[in-house]
Amino acid sequence: MSETPISWYLALSAVLFAIGTVGVLTRRNLIVVFMAIELLLNAVNLSFVALARGLGSMDGQVIVFFVMAVAAAEAAVGLAIMLQLYRLRETLNADEVTTLRW
Amino acid sequence: MVTITTTDALRWIVFFPALGFLWNCFFGRRFPGAAKVVGPGVLLASFVAAVLAILQLHALPAESALRDVVFPWVDVGTLRADVGFWLDPLSAVMVLVVTGVGFLIHVYSVGYMHDDPDVPRFFTYLNLFVTAMLILVLADNLLLLFVGWEGVGLCSYLLVGFWWTKDENCTAGRKAMLTNRVGDACFLVALFLLIQHARTLDFVGLERQADVLRTATIGGWSVPLVACLLLLLGATGKSAQIPLYVWLPDAMAGPTPVSALIHAATMVTAGVYLTCRLHGLFALAPDALTAVAVVGAATALYAATIAVAQTDIKKVLAYSTISQLGYMFLGVGVGLPGAAVFHLVTHAFFKGLLFLCAGSVMHALGGEQDMRRMGGLWRRIPITFGTMAVGTLAIAGVPPFSGFFSKDEIIWGGFAGPHPHPVLGVVGYAAAGLTAFYIGRLMCLTFFGTSRVDAHAEHHLHESPPVMTIPLVVLAVLAAVGGVLPVPHVVEQVTGHVRMDEATLVAKAVAIADSLGGLGLAWVLYVLRPELPDRIATALGGFYRLVRDKYRIDELYDRVIYRPVLAMADAAAWVIDRTFIDGIVNGVGAFVVSTSGAWRRVQTGNVQHYALSFLVGALVLVTYYLVG
Repeated sequence: MSETPISWYLALSAVLFAIGTVGVLTRRNLIVVFMAIELLLNAVNLSFVALARGLGSMDGQVIVFFVMAVAAAEAAVGLAIMLQLYRLRETLNADEVTTLRW
Repeated sequence: MVTITTTDALRWIVFFPALGFLWNCFFGRRFPGAAKVVGPGVLLASFVAAVLAILQLHALPAESALRDVVFPWVDVGTLRADVGFWLDPLSAVMVLVVTGVGFLIHVYSVGYMHDDPDVPRFFTYLNLFVTAMLILVLADNLLLLFVGWEGVGLCSYLLVGFWWTKDENCTAGRKAMLTNRVGDACFLVALFLLIQHARTLDFVGLERQADVLRTATIGGWSVPLVACLLLLLGATGKSAQIPLYVWLPDAMAGPTPVSALIHAATMVTAGVYLTCRLHGLFALAPDALTAVAVVGAATALYAATIAVAQTDIKKVLAYSTISQLGYMFLGVGVGLPGAAVFHLVTHAFFKGLLFLCAGSVMHALGGEQDMRRMGGLWRRIPITFGTMAVGTLAIAGVPPFSGFFSKDEIIWGGFAGPHPHPVLGVVGYAAAGLTAFYIGRLMCLTFFGTSRVDAHAEHHLHESPPVMTIPLVVLAVLAAVGGVLPVPHVVEQVTGHVRMDEATLVAKAVAIADSLGGLGLAWVLYVLRPELPDRIATALGGFYRLVRDKYRIDELYDRVIYRPVLAMADAAAWVIDRTFIDGIVNGVGAFVVSTSGAWRRVQTGNVQHYALSFLVGALVLVTYYLVG
């Protein structure tokens, strides 16, 4: 069985990252923005494991575990913030929550 | 050379009044009854401690001194000043006066202030005053002396303004404080000069540095001369001499025991003590001694003339105090520190007595101070009258009362002392005649003639309680027989023995005629022919009004010093501070606000804009590393 080249994985990772970036920048619903951030994280995870496999090193895999753990914590905090925000403002539109500025 | 014996007996003299101060400060309000016991009690304890220490000194051979270093205080470079106390015959005399007369006046205060709800606060200040005064007279260096010097000034301010609800009392307190600031600033500059040239401030060290100081000059002037003149200015502030005497008459706004203790018996003599203590320094600058003598004689005569025309009983005594302090300075100036301290002691007795008697008169009349509403009181308050008569004879210089001996020695020193100034001696005689006249006038207006007391006060007229009259009697005895005390001999153990011929019979006769003549003239004018003074006043016209208005010196100072300073302060506040300084500060603020106004628009608050800036930043960095 021939091995899939690493460049394919990296290309897929780049595509996922680009989709995620566009999502973060363009979508107005904070939950969707949040999902796009998860997409960014997993795009990076994919390139980490691919490179770990390709270079024969465990470092990349270890980092992926860290990223997943931190992402879980971030999801908990982020969703809690959004829940409170919705109770307070009855909206999750990013354009309408801009009080923290000049 | 003086032999120094180390001891730890001296700190207790200061400790007891300090303890009384702390007690009255923190617990006085809770136990108001105890304040009346603690206040005078600690003075008695301090007096006993002083007597014990003096007995210890007495047991030592001549030319000895006790030193008690409590802890080292300042030790910078070559300068060293300890919290150290020093007892030699000169400070022994001062300590006895401060604690002894102070105790009597404290006891009197218990009676005088008994209606006042603020008695604990009164004794708090009074105990603090005695603490500071004892530090002043016991200090073994000029720096610690200055601590006491400022401490007594603070207490003077607090006690002059004791009845603070009346605005004029507070104004008088401020005036005392501010006038003294002028003198104290000069005092400090003198200390700097001495540190610079002698590199020491303790009295023993200064004596040792005499040779260094003698040749030292600053800007072409001899250092001892400049230092002594500055110290003299400092002393004129504290001891109410020309030109800084103006605060003392106003200071009579304080309670009468305060006038007796601080503004007659003790604090105002600090300047005299200072010049005696630094006799070695003044000996290096004979011109400064002449200045001391001139200031003293001029003040003695000048203040005596003002006292003649005052109608407020306490104001007469205030100007009298200024005049008598002038005698003490004259004594120092003609080279007789012993006689000066002798007069200081007898003055503490008879002037303390006169003030307390005046307080007793005011007490009897419900607070009346105007002698035009007194008269004929001698039958009604006989103890006050009797003791005040003793005080009068003492200050007028009638033998054998104490004032005769001390004042006569000073005036005679003007002719025969080590630094004679016959002109100043004549001035002394003139002032002595005026002294006898104004004090006789005070007695006649208060106790003799027809009563001018208003009906209401007449109804309440009463002799003071024993707690007030007993101190009067004790002080009267001291004022009567104080002339036998060997004070000059004791003080000269420190300041050096002075050979002076005995006063001639003519001089003594003149002095006695002077005092009896003054008293007699007062009797004639105010008892036998009471219509005469008004006619004389009318005949003198403008001159009389000038003297009555105290030569309008207050008004002169107001025009020449107070208002220009105020105008300068106004200019500084509005032109320099408000326009210039504030302009810079506000300008910087306004500049930052206006320039940052544009930049803060960058912060939109929208998270996605921030995310975009992350992306742009990341792309810039990646491009930089890829291209670079």
